[in-house]
Amino acid sequence: MAKTIQLHVNGKPHKVVADDPDMPLLYALRNDLGLHGPRFGCGLAQCGACTVHVDGKAVRSCAVTVATVEGRKVVTLEGLGSPGKPHPLQAAFIEEQAVQCGYCINGMIMEAAAFLATNPKPSEEHIRAALSNNLCRCGTHVRILRAVKRAAGTAA
Amino acid sequence: MTNTSRSRRAFLKTGGALVVSFSFQPRIAGAQGAAAKAAKTVAIDQVDGFLAIDGKGLVTVFSGKVDLGTGVQTAIAQMAAEELCVPLERVTVIQGDTLLTPDQGVTFGSLSIQNGGVQIRQAAATAREALISDAAGIIGVPRSELVVRDGVATPRSGGRGIAYATLVGERSFNLKLDPKAPLKDPKEYTIVGKSIARVDIPDKVMGKFTYMQDFSRPGMIHARVVRPHAMKASLLSVDDSACRKVPGYLGYVRKGNFLAVTSKTEWGAIKAARAIKAGWSDWQGLPDSSKLWEHVRNGKVVKDEEFQKVGDTGQAMGSPGVRRLSASYDFAIHTHGSIGPSCAVAEFRDGKLTSWSASQQTHLLRKQMANMLGMKPEDVRCIYIEGSGCYGRNGHEDAAADAALIARETGKTVRVQWMREDEHGWDPKGPPTLNDLRAALDDKGNIVAWEAETWIPNRPKDIAVTLVAADHAGLPKEDFHPGNIHQGLAIGYAVPNIKATVHWLAETPFRASWIRTPGRMQNTYANECFLDEAAALAGVDPIEYRLRYLKDPRGVECLERVRKLAGWTPRGTPNPQGDIVKGRGVSYLKYELVRTYIALVADVEVNRRTGKVRVTKCHVAHDCGQIINPDGLRNQIDGNVIQTVSRTLLEELKYDRSRVTSLDWVSYPILKFPDVPEIAYDLIDRPNEKPWGAGEPTAAVVPSAIANAIYDATGKRVRSVPFTPEKVLAALKA
Repeated sequence: MAKTIQLHVNGKPHKVVADDPDMPLLYALRNDLGLHGPRFGCGLAQCGACTVHVDGKAVRSCAVTVATVEGRKVVTLEGLGSPGKPHPLQAAFIEEQAVQCGYCINGMIMEAAAFLATNPKPSEEHIRAALSNNLCRCGTHVRILRAVKRAAGTAA
Repeated sequence: MTNTSRSRRAFLKTGGALVVSFSFQPRIAGAQGAAAKAAKTVAIDQVDGFLAIDGKGLVTVFSGKVDLGTGVQTAIAQMAAEELCVPLERVTVIQGDTLLTPDQGVTFGSLSIQNGGVQIRQAAATAREALISDAAGIIGVPRSELVVRDGVATPRSGGRGIAYATLVGERSFNLKLDPKAPLKDPKEYTIVGKSIARVDIPDKVMGKFTYMQDFSRPGMIHARVVRPHAMKASLLSVDDSACRKVPGYLGYVRKGNFLAVTSKTEWGAIKAARAIKAGWSDWQGLPDSSKLWEHVRNGKVVKDEEFQKVGDTGQAMGSPGVRRLSASYDFAIHTHGSIGPSCAVAEFRDGKLTSWSASQQTHLLRKQMANMLGMKPEDVRCIYIEGSGCYGRNGHEDAAADAALIARETGKTVRVQWMREDEHGWDPKGPPTLNDLRAALDDKGNIVAWEAETWIPNRPKDIAVTLVAADHAGLPKEDFHPGNIHQGLAIGYAVPNIKATVHWLAETPFRASWIRTPGRMQNTYANECFLDEAAALAGVDPIEYRLRYLKDPRGVECLERVRKLAGWTPRGTPNPQGDIVKGRGVSYLKYELVRTYIALVADVEVNRRTGKVRVTKCHVAHDCGQIINPDGLRNQIDGNVIQTVSRTLLEELKYDRSRVTSLDWVSYPILKFPDVPEIAYDLIDRPNEKPWGAGEPTAAVVPSAIANAIYDATGKRVRSVPFTPEKVLAALKA
């Protein structure tokens, strides 16, 4: 049975008519709301490409159902900052040119943003640990680390 | 410079018609003449194939090479803007559209700048020279009096100039590409050689970039392919009764052993693919994975081929008093492992197919899909939209073929998105590679004979890879080609007697294709490890030993510079003490013996208790001639190093007798942040030399540098990639 689910995404209320409340949040964001920041990578919560914030915490949107986030605050990469007012991490990723294909970068920024919110002055080792379950295949890690350090104001 | 994704969208909105209008009017005659719209040429010998300038002086570059996340779009724009003498912001690059871009060959082999960019640069030089001549005629001054600034040809002595927009805006050049058109003196460069920020990055970090996976068409339906449970199983039965309860389910497509489900929604397609009951025949034709190397060594050989023959190794090997050395090296089967599984959209209109995909080879894909579907190539248009990085021929083309077949069978516009298990299970693989090395050393430790042989899958004539859909549906198809994997077997060292032989195998377990640095990585790994073994036997420092045999001055400089960069000290006999031991190893290569030079020092830590190897730092000296964008080059070197550290330490495709069992990131782990090495660079810029590639060469030297460092740390040789803790522990106990 189709069900209308009330979502709160990037500061605005949205209604999503879901055929199946067990549909992962990722598909509601990408296909119903047209938000392409979160990306499909594995559907198994292994790679992190689909990461969004739910009530400020980094969550794998491929592995939570749309029903479970009803009434909670969801933020995607699009809502983190805007071209005119980028989040410090978005600005830092541009400054450091910390992208190759960029498919993983949504997850890197969203995971790092949630991490820095509670660990504002992390060591490099802590950043590495925080991002250890976000996969990048291009080999952009060194730049990503620099960008996160820059955003945290801990760049050497 | 305009972001291609944005301009691409503008192009796509026109539904295939060309935004830029073209005419066949002479360049300067009849500027007011109605611009008769005509099909744009994609001829590779015509300036119009590569360039268009509109009425505002905005330049469109049509590139057959595509940006696979490497930054070449920016680099190619730099080359075109520099040679045309226009500001970079005025240049937009359209990539990989069979209707619009010349066939510059597959985007592989580290050739996008070296071949693709250089062709476009030559087209730009041809255009600039012709426009200066036109301007000289109009202004009435000798052409040597004119200089182009910001797209305006202006007399050196001052006075009014004339803009490209006036000279050619909105019209065709009608000009043959002149291979001898003079290039700008690099001393005058203002754009090439600068670390220009990449055009695609702002959109990518703001979530505004349109990847292939984000692309949609009106009325599009979603499909998922249901692959056989065993690699070559036959489809015996289909029962979709459970699918009919899935909201949005539309039906299935069955053709031969090809099976796919379709749905109005993406989630409906995923659920239907899980719900459908397909009966498959049993098939257990894969080799026993525990005996892979016996399988390779004893495989049926189609032919032997010598790729290097110097002197007489047989005689030298048998000389009295020589010390003989031999070793075997193997290199596991690897998957491309794109983070975003392949995706494509296909649409038929009036019997013509339009295919959107992240293919690195749209012109070749067009031929393959036309062959599969019994169509004329000119009735197929393949359009590139950037996807997740592919690092070779991964699943993008197969997804395109899946979508095309389903679109034809259903009559709908179809989007196919591969799932993670599709990408790991069905993208073509880097084949297993086995190398045997033998050498003879004289009493001074000099190599008097060097023999190399490798067992690798044979190559058909055409460099294409079988489309899975064509194979499973029983439609016309090509054989698969593993890439030019003999490259790298021949060595660039001045040894008096050399023989390098390829044993071309009739079979390999999995559909093979090229994956970053194909063959060059495996062969260089064996060669550079073995050279290190010879150096140890001779009791000579590994850098000094290489310099004995290296006569190429640029190669010598590259090695000397990595020695300095790394603060290298001569390596003595390994003397491991304690649980954690440290070491460093070197490796060197002139890529394919004709282009980019790389020397790399790897620093490692080996835990002798657990067998875990950690690469702590890589030092890279890199000479690719003229550097177009130094920051882009460093980004590519990072990718080469980190991805190859991952491949060397961790990666090995797992399978049983029926199918791939490495179907996710747990069963096929890749390097994670805590184990990523630091990287130091020495970029050797040679502005007056040709620009060579940088997308692959560094990767070639990583595995051997690591293996040599493990020896330096432990005194033991590891000769089987990946260097897993189990294999390292076994080597330590040997």
